[in-house]
Amino acid sequence: MEHSGISVLFQGRNFVRLLGGLWTSVWIAALALVFGLLLGALIGLLRTSKSKLLRAIFRIYLEFFRIVPTVVLLFLFYYILPRQVGINWPGSVMATIAFALWVSAEFSDIVRGALISVPKVQQESGLALGLSKWQLFIYVLLPQAFQLELPATINLATRVIKTTSLLMMISVMDLINVGQQIIEANNQSHPTAVFWIYGLIFLLYFIVDYPLSLWSKKVARRNQN
Amino acid sequence: MAEPILTVKNLSKSYGEQQVLHDINFSLQKGEVMTMLGPSGIGKSTLLRCLNGLEDFQTGELVFEGQTVKADNANWQQLRQKIGMVFQSYDLFPNMTVLQNITLAPVKVQKKSKAEAEQAARQLLKRVQLSDYANSYPRELSGGQKQRIAIARALAMHPDLMLFDEVTASLDPEMVRSVLDLIKELSEQDNMTMIIVTHEMNFARQIADQVLFLDQGTILEQTAGKDFFTNPQTQRAKDFLASMDF
Repeated sequence: MEHSGISVLFQGRNFVRLLGGLWTSVWIAALALVFGLLLGALIGLLRTSKSKLLRAIFRIYLEFFRIVPTVVLLFLFYYILPRQVGINWPGSVMATIAFALWVSAEFSDIVRGALISVPKVQQESGLALGLSKWQLFIYVLLPQAFQLELPATINLATRVIKTTSLLMMISVMDLINVGQQIIEANNQSHPTAVFWIYGLIFLLYFIVDYPLSLWSKKVARRNQN
Repeated sequence: MAEPILTVKNLSKSYGEQQVLHDINFSLQKGEVMTMLGPSGIGKSTLLRCLNGLEDFQTGELVFEGQTVKADNANWQQLRQKIGMVFQSYDLFPNMTVLQNITLAPVKVQKKSKAEAEQAARQLLKRVQLSDYANSYPRELSGGQKQRIAIARALAMHPDLMLFDEVTASLDPEMVRSVLDLIKELSEQDNMTMIIVTHEMNFARQIADQVLFLDQGTILEQTAGKDFFTNPQTQRAKDFLASMDF
């Protein structure tokens, strides 16, 4: 077993470093989701507004983040924007901002879809009781929309966590980047280490994402009944 | 005679080019029940919805409890607290329990205390014979039960006028009775003023103090009492009654 790749996993601090990389990935994803969902809910509401201009602006916003590949987005935030605007923040912060904006764009479409799929007669029965538009939104539309949009939101979260694997492109010490460093350091002595490291990385992503995926399925099934 | 609770004067409504209500005029005394009859899709529901501002109208006005209401100057949010409405699709809020459905508007709109609103709601639930369902969710109820809750929810605001828009049209036949009995009881015991759009002719005949017969967005007959059913004036009404087969 001396030269088996699996020993690399537990050499020195390798395993702890990999977990540290996972933690970086998870907190960037979590922060991006928190800010992105808040901003996205607001944009989603604005996208149901009567103003054509507002709707058009946020439609373009959505399409921008949907069309531009995430790698390009990260480069834009890490290399181009700081140079042009003079912001000099660490890669992890820039990545969090880029991801949060991406999440807000995707989530705004989910919120808009959920809001318009609450039956019109629900609005009317609320209005007929004397509720104001705002009360109607807070007590009737939003809770129903939340229930409808929950599976799609969880799916978005799993996508964000997966996509943190791109963080290595802007030198953030995420799970993949740590793994890559360990592989390169041990490639001579343990050529099979690459298999074990990526095997573990696969497992770690799976452990984080799979419960979310199950949860989303469960909510979706409940919504159907 | 006393001042009518509601008077509709020269009300007309169009969707773009197409006029759907033509010069509607009628008035209703406190405690009176009016049934609106006529073929489907000729504007009965639209007219009902104009009365609480869910539809706008282009010309004419309403006078409700002495207050003149025009489409463009109406404070509908305030008026709707006095004009309750129940819809065909018994649209309770699915995210709330029965009790929360009933207390939402009294607490949020009329700023009653939660305890007071809940006590009133339980009284109403007893009245519609659904006391056991206070903490149930709408999906656990049958159509007829939901519709009775929807009526209780509207009554919780203590309206002076109730609008019923084909409230039994999507119910199973055996559920219809309980809802109609409740409406009848509201008229007999509470002397509630009501406008009812319905296709239940027997029920309409029993309950109506006044009948409005509409076709193509126009009032063809406006009859006090039950005369409409025994002695319709227009050929259109005769055909309609014959086709209803009751």
